[in-house]
Amino acid sequence: MKRAVVANGNEMVVEGAIDAGCRFFAGYPITPSSEVAEGMARKLPKLGGVFLQMEDEIASIACAIGGSLGGEKTMTASSGPGISLKQEGVGLACIAEIPLVIINAMRGGPSTGLPTRIAQSDIMQARWGTHGDHPAVALCPGSVAECYTETIRAFNIAEELRTPVYVLSDAFLAHLSTKVELPGKEELKIANRLRPTVKPEEYYPYDTRFGDIPPLADYFSGYRFHVTGLNHDKTGFPNIDPVLQESEEERLINKVLKRQEAISTYENYKLEDAQIVVVAYGSNASGAKEAVDAARESGIKVGLFRPITVWPFPSIPFQEVAASAKQIIVTEVNLGQIVYEIERIMLGGRAVTEIRNGNLIFDTRHPRSSAELSTVLQANGTPIRPNQILSQIKEVA
Amino acid sequence: MSVEYENYLRMNKFPHYWCPGCGNGVVLKAFIQAVDELGWKNNDIGMVTGIGCSSRASGYVDFNTMHTIHGRALAVATGIKMSNPSKHVVVFAGDGDASAIGGNHLIHACRRNIDITLIIINNWIYGMTGGQYSPTTPTGTIATTMPYGNADPDFDLASLTIGAGATFVARSSVADPIILKNYIKKALTHKGFSVIDAFSNCHIQWGRKNKFGDPVKLVEHIKSVTVSAAKAKKMSPEELKNLFVTGVLYEDKDKKEYTESYFDMVKRAQSQTKGGR
Ligand SMILES: Cc1ncc(C[n+]2csc(CCOP(=O)(O)OP(=O)(O)O)c2C)c(N)n1
Ligand code: SF4
Ligand SMILES: [Mg+2]
Repeated sequence: MKRAVVANGNEMVVEGAIDAGCRFFAGYPITPSSEVAEGMARKLPKLGGVFLQMEDEIASIACAIGGSLGGEKTMTASSGPGISLKQEGVGLACIAEIPLVIINAMRGGPSTGLPTRIAQSDIMQARWGTHGDHPAVALCPGSVAECYTETIRAFNIAEELRTPVYVLSDAFLAHLSTKVELPGKEELKIANRLRPTVKPEEYYPYDTRFGDIPPLADYFSGYRFHVTGLNHDKTGFPNIDPVLQESEEERLINKVLKRQEAISTYENYKLEDAQIVVVAYGSNASGAKEAVDAARESGIKVGLFRPITVWPFPSIPFQEVAASAKQIIVTEVNLGQIVYEIERIMLGGRAVTEIRNGNLIFDTRHPRSSAELSTVLQANGTPIRPNQILSQIKEVA
Repeated sequence: MSVEYENYLRMNKFPHYWCPGCGNGVVLKAFIQAVDELGWKNNDIGMVTGIGCSSRASGYVDFNTMHTIHGRALAVATGIKMSNPSKHVVVFAGDGDASAIGGNHLIHACRRNIDITLIIINNWIYGMTGGQYSPTTPTGTIATTMPYGNADPDFDLASLTIGAGATFVARSSVADPIILKNYIKKALTHKGFSVIDAFSNCHIQWGRKNKFGDPVKLVEHIKSVTVSAAKAKKMSPEELKNLFVTGVLYEDKDKKEYTESYFDMVKRAQSQTKGGR
């Protein structure tokens, strides 16, 4: 049964986390994400869960990693400077393959930047923020309601893939209070990490006999194992054998790439006959939709491609759209991030479906796009107005 | 009283990674003896370490172990403890790991008084990275990044942790392994945040630069700069000036332990019908 509530994005993140089964949160206050911590602080004790306000963001992600190994679904939330501080922890969760959800209510930057103002400037950080080769999954809710559903999906992906997952909301969504309709609880799909069934003496934390995402035991459950941020073998102990490390590094990334068709969700809006394609994501997509609607009214064949998952980017669906387009307009609340991915795809840069023995395996189904690319970018702390997008549509129509 | 060390060690991980004569093994042995005397089950023990020579300890023990990132072991351990409050969580850390990069987590773990035991292998140097000075490198001594003699004042980690709110703080050294074991045992059974400041010899990275390249000589030197609390009582502040007092330096059994305070709050929350919407 559908549920109607009035809430903002931060509150919906909290609801989503709780409904996904998150019972452990560690964070540090920062605008505009603080209400996520406050919401978790209200809810978790009632549910017998753990809420910790740690001494900083580094401690917060480290603590959430510990809680996850302790068997809980865990989350941390932050913005701007706090997300920068978490980066080393993100890498630890990637290599040690520890499920974890990181909420980033994006704000203007760099540095302290524009704390209360909107930005979408952490898109590339979510992909490459921590050092070293690593997988990345980042979801970008486009509405307050999606703050709920995408947070649940983030937990599901984190659990199923044993990897950290970002939810990238922004200052606008975080604080936008609106009426939202949520799916009924009975409709929710909730995933839990695979736990081992073998005898403890036969258990290894990175044992690919059980697939490319090995089961993960909880600490103190009788399976004693070792976890390290060093490159390791199936037993979890340090190992520098180049042959093994090549396949392990590739496995880490491939576990995401091989599932990108399922993970990389997107929305096609009025694209059937579109010659102009607007690309927008997150809260910025609602303004883009308005612009598309207005342009349609004046007879312009325009539509919107909205990635909901930004990493891995839904390249194949975008290629399909781009192939027949004449004009592509990328709009984002930053000075150019996703546009680089878009341009790469348009120039024939294909989706990578796998990394095999040092070779990128490309999806070769789709041709390059001969469309022209233009942008509507802005990083002044205010949302991009539908009119700005509309005039660009008219400009290229 | 013979300990079956094989019951606690991952024997297939030997020979270990440490230099011959390194104090890390002495501290690890004392810890295992303490665990053995307490009769704790391997399944119920979690050991978390950061990065450094000392932090390699977690690889050798057959517990629930995690070798994390530099300085963050206490924060990870806090997560592990909070999700499993009935289990034993121990952190091994180097002086740099615990008090430089991890200093903030150290003071806040002390303040919370969470039931974790921190064993600092305090060898006065960054051993693993090749002998750069740490917050506990004695002033005036040589390190690769203080080639003209350390200009920095050094940290007394016992005073620091007592001041920050730890409720059991003891100092000993690899020169007194049995006393060290006894203090570790007390720390492990203490309900609250307990700290062992274990002076240890890194004769390779600190010793060689300071005329103590021989491990035995360095252990003798550690003896000469430490004095037991009993003896210290009879000494003047002037006489104690360049000495470190060993012993159980602080014990408070009354301050409430953090997992208890937290889960008491949970009970309060659950009994309230209002709030926490
Ligand atoms: C973030 C980060 N900074 C620096 C390092 C490099 N590093 C590794 S161990 C170490 C110091 C270790 O000294 P200590 O904690 O005293 O341990 P010891 O080796 O002496 O046992 C440093 C600086 C690192 N691994 N990570
Ligand atoms: S470098 Fe120092 S601390 Fe590290 S193993 Fe060698 S003696 Fe021990
Ligand atoms: Mg050291």
